Amino acid sequence: MDRRSGTGAGVPAPLILPALLALLFLVLPLAGLLWRTPWPDLVAHLADPRVLDALTLSLLTATLATALCLVLGVPLAWLLARVEFPGRRLVRALVTVPLVLPPVVGGLALLLLLGRRGLLGQYLYQWFDVTIPFTTTAVVLAEAFVALPFLVIAVEGALRGADARYEEAAATLGARRWTVFRRVTLPLVAPGVAAGAVLCWARAMGEFGATITFAGSFPGRTQTMPMKVYLLLETDPTAAIVLSLVLLVVSVAVLASLRDRWVSAA
Amino acid sequence: MKRALAVVTVAVLLLAGCTRDERTSSGDSAGVTGTITVLAAASLTESFQRIGADFEAANPGSKVVLSFGGSSTLAQQINSGAPADVFAAASPSTMKTVIDAGNGAGSPVVFVRNQLVIAVEKGNPQGITGLADLTKPGVMVALCAEQVPCGSAAETALTAAGVSLTPVTLEQDVKQALSKVSLGEVDAALVYRTDARAAAATVDAVEFPESAKAINDYPIVVLKDAPNKAGAEAFVAYVCSAEGLAVLTAAGFQTPEDNRETVHSG
Repeated sequence: MDRRSGTGAGVPAPLILPALLALLFLVLPLAGLLWRTPWPDLVAHLADPRVLDALTLSLLTATLATALCLVLGVPLAWLLARVEFPGRRLVRALVTVPLVLPPVVGGLALLLLLGRRGLLGQYLYQWFDVTIPFTTTAVVLAEAFVALPFLVIAVEGALRGADARYEEAAATLGARRWTVFRRVTLPLVAPGVAAGAVLCWARAMGEFGATITFAGSFPGRTQTMPMKVYLLLETDPTAAIVLSLVLLVVSVAVLASLRDRWVSAA
Repeated sequence: MKRALAVVTVAVLLLAGCTRDERTSSGDSAGVTGTITVLAAASLTESFQRIGADFEAANPGSKVVLSFGGSSTLAQQINSGAPADVFAAASPSTMKTVIDAGNGAGSPVVFVRNQLVIAVEKGNPQGITGLADLTKPGVMVALCAEQVPCGSAAETALTAAGVSLTPVTLEQDVKQALSKVSLGEVDAALVYRTDARAAAATVDAVEFPESAKAINDYPIVVLKDAPNKAGAEAFVAYVCSAEGLAVLTAAGFQTPEDNRETVHSG
């Protein structure tokens, strides 16, 4: 037994009761979901083409959004962790804005930037005849917008925790900075990057507000799983429960894959 | 077809309308106090805000709290136990889900009717003159989702016109569909005449003949679990009074007596 579990005898009652309530508060709603799940027809519901459409779209867009976040986010995390530059604190604060911003506001902001009348979108439309809103691309962008901070923060944390002496040693031996990043830094923080990517992917899977605002809602094109849950609740609550269960399983799987770095506080 | 028949049956059942007595009895409602929570179809936004303010002025001590949304969303909220006193829907079928769940006190009455128009950008840059123009290449159209009254009306009208249309997005209520036109992100949306009129500063309305085949009756009902039943009844009576109906007709709604025969043909 480690030191912390040995203090159990001294836990004051004013702490233990709210703590148990908090636990129930977090777990009981999930029990409610499981309780109403139509277990016998589960497979039939999952095979429903409407459900499969939404599931496929969500898996595809969340994966593309994660790829986008990796390509853009890892370099940004490296910059924040390894390079001293003026305004670094401000940049770090800006990176976390989508984390605290209501997603629907993020979606509106994307629409006002990339929409047909948007700050940049008007030129995309006039010069290249490209419209982004209401496309699957818009779903990916909305998901990447809200998920990117998760990746950047996770990778930056990993970089700060990594021993910089390996990089210094490589540099001393004549490696250029890009080679050091590729051959030393990246392998060193790979577990952190993987954890960040999984969190990023889970956040993208769950995205609702920014997506419905920026990408609209159309089956097979922009209607993702969370949107489908919301819509089915009006017409077919049982199907909504089944989809919710799928998302719950995905979340649990994410937690399980991260158990060593996020769940255990050791 | 079966569904259309069901809708017609409901429409006939509900055709009671605001009775003559109620029309002249707005004075009876004086003296009502307390909060009256009204859940109303999004297309009633401007009219009910005005009627709510008038009602409060006529009944000092009363407060009308309004919540607008897609009728199907509101119906689902009521059936899930949302505390409210009055429900005003944009179609008999959404009202029926609330009545069937046993959540209405008494029978709903139809107080107004509404008709679709094509909302286009100011000046109609795409030169849209009818439903057929919406299928032209490059014309982006927003519709309401099928379970929302404006969506089912749009479907009826498009079917009547023999037009097969793929929208870019299916919105959750008529105001969201309209806002996509106002923002310039789509070229057209099928919305109610009243919504286009309320947004006349940013959109133009194109009337089309098939909308006569998809006229929506708006039923209103006092809810069974209304916390303020007296207030709810007074509010419904006020909506049905000459003053209330004057606000609604000024917004572009028709009274149930106008073109009554079209219901039977639809």
